[in-house]
Amino acid sequence: MPRFTFSGGVHPFEGKEMSKDKPITSLDAGQILVYPVSQHIGAPAKPIVQVGERVLRGQMIAEAGGFVSAPVFSSVSGTVKAIEPRRTVTGDSINSIVIENDFLMEEVRYNALMDWNLASKTEILDAVKNAGIVGMGGAGFPTHVKLSPKDPDNITYIIANCAECEPYLTSDYRRMIEEPEKLIGGMKILLRLFDNAHGIIAIEENKPDCIALLKKMTHEDKRITVKGVYTKYPQGAERMLISATTGRKINSTMLPADVGCIVDNVDTLVAIYNAVVYGMPLMERIVTVTGDAVADPRNFKIPIGVSYREILEADGGFKVKPEKIICGGPMMGFAMFGLDVPSTKTSTALLAFAKDEVAEAETTACIKCGRCVQVCPGRVMPNALAECAEHFDSEGFVALGGMECCECGCCSFICPAKRPLTQSIKSMRKIELANRKKK
Amino acid sequence: MADTNTNEISYKVSSNPHVRSKATTGSIMFFVIIALIPATGFGIYNFGFRAVLVIIAAVVPAVLTELLFNIVMKKKQTVFDLSAVVTGLLLALNMPVSIPLWMPALGSVFAILVVKMLFGGIGQNFMNPALAARCFLLISFPAAMTDFTTDVYTGATPLAALKAGEAVDVSSMIIGRTAGTIGETSLIAIVIGACFLIFMGVIDLKIPGCYILSFTVFIAVFGGRGVDPAYLAAQLAGGGLMLGAFFMATDYVTRPITKWGQIIYGIFLGVMTGIFRVFGPSAEGVSYAIIIGNLIVPLIEKITKPVPFGYRRADFKKQKGGK
Repeated sequence: MPRFTFSGGVHPFEGKEMSKDKPITSLDAGQILVYPVSQHIGAPAKPIVQVGERVLRGQMIAEAGGFVSAPVFSSVSGTVKAIEPRRTVTGDSINSIVIENDFLMEEVRYNALMDWNLASKTEILDAVKNAGIVGMGGAGFPTHVKLSPKDPDNITYIIANCAECEPYLTSDYRRMIEEPEKLIGGMKILLRLFDNAHGIIAIEENKPDCIALLKKMTHEDKRITVKGVYTKYPQGAERMLISATTGRKINSTMLPADVGCIVDNVDTLVAIYNAVVYGMPLMERIVTVTGDAVADPRNFKIPIGVSYREILEADGGFKVKPEKIICGGPMMGFAMFGLDVPSTKTSTALLAFAKDEVAEAETTACIKCGRCVQVCPGRVMPNALAECAEHFDSEGFVALGGMECCECGCCSFICPAKRPLTQSIKSMRKIELANRKKK
Repeated sequence: MADTNTNEISYKVSSNPHVRSKATTGSIMFFVIIALIPATGFGIYNFGFRAVLVIIAAVVPAVLTELLFNIVMKKKQTVFDLSAVVTGLLLALNMPVSIPLWMPALGSVFAILVVKMLFGGIGQNFMNPALAARCFLLISFPAAMTDFTTDVYTGATPLAALKAGEAVDVSSMIIGRTAGTIGETSLIAIVIGACFLIFMGVIDLKIPGCYILSFTVFIAVFGGRGVDPAYLAAQLAGGGLMLGAFFMATDYVTRPITKWGQIIYGIFLGVMTGIFRVFGPSAEGVSYAIIIGNLIVPLIEKITKPVPFGYRRADFKKQKGGK
């Protein structure tokens, strides 16, 4: 049987053993919760509460700011303390709603659909839209937009992205082990939306127990296939996963829907299930807290909006003083300035490293070994692109396919000269995108 | 850049990815040196203690030249990446054992100073330093560089004998008990080293494979002996072909970086080596073929740029044109 994979990619140290067998534990929210209005790609949400107003758990506190946008919900009951710019993981200040928890956990009444099997497609879509669901793998693209392609009949594959190719992360793994019925339920709901679609649950081969479990649970369903994909980073990148599971290839200017695919992450599918079946908005997610500096690596179910410090303290703090803390995985995550920033819909992990490999690695001259070209899943030439970037040669950069880079980090990872290729290419992409907007 | 708003300890902040692979330039060069040990060892065994002297006379000046150049020019010291050792060793392996010892020394200084450092140091040279130095010495001192007679071997090299139409013993060529340069004679020793490099992921078979294959085809077609297995085997095992194909044509800095570029480059080298060996006055041709190949690398890379994921070649060009 041919392996489901893509060309290029790398095999970083997986590090999943640390937290993989730790069941999901619920984290109680602390005193103060912060909800940035922009936790997704697209227009920021608009706050609809006033300072001093009492809110309930599950209440919408900011409404969608457009079609490509998503509402934000309070994950506790309490009082709105402030609406002000707060620092987020990336270091930017974003307008945020600050809520003081009253620890009563009073909830709104959720409006569940009577039976989603009988509900109309529009009702299902509205349920997803009104629950503020965004892509929870990290990108945060509003899910209802993904689910509203131009021609729904052309969608032939719904792909559940269960690859979890980022090293150290185990939140998706725990979800699959502990709540597989919700994942499958989410998939069935999406299949209900797209009559011609077939469901693929794509799991990396390093999780054989998940593959076996989900295969067992779906073997009677003719519309769902579980596929084990080769364990290689970035197998879970949308374009790579589509190509690995269906053989269809899209470039950066296309959407998965252009080749009849819709890709959603495990947590997103679970959120869809909760939204449609229970009417629950998105206000919780699974976060992996791990790394060699963390006392007790674990997986938490957190109320969105708690600060990273609280998550870490619930975990027992640091074992040693870390040099670097990362929000997300080690390949694509953000290095954080500090812990006093809120978790959001797209927080997948908190990673703390005792040593920062990047600071220790000394950059030397490029010896043209060509490893970056070999591993680049986007099939561009990172060495040449980085050179263009260093000279601000935007024409050469675009001609070499610089805009096709998915910033996965494989080139920097593999480089024996330890050159910051991804960084150079990323910055140049930002400059180029900004220039295009100006025009 | 600490967060000034809080008093907390600041963390290191950098762009993704936050992990790095273990390989460094130094570790790669170290693997190359390890891979050259069988060929070097066999050379010493085959030619005696003087081979050791030639190797020292090549390696030490190479290292010293890079060390001193960086000190005098006040540049970052790069000598510890071991690439100068590799250059010196490869140069020595490409020399006859009877060479006056100042010649490998001069060659090493030329390789490191002129070919490598003056062009900007490691990664910037457009020719393989060891081969450029060898060609420099071949042109400057043709007699000494092509005198392969030793106490043990009094006749011509197998390749020269082959060119003269004499019969050669292929099995001793494969083992390496023949005249020639220090490191080129033993096919087995070279292939063992090459297998190690392939296993360690330092090189792959694209360039050596295409090189050897296209050379074989060229000799079969133009060699005048047709598909004569003994003749083909002698051509493959003789001269610097194996050493060149596995250790010098695969030099990172001076070979194309793209997949198709490497394939074209390999074929080009095979054809050039064939032309030199069949139609040239000398029996050898590997060194010249590779340094000429080095010169056309930028051209090859230009026409073999990979097409980004999700595009067809024509579509990507069109998309660029439309902007």
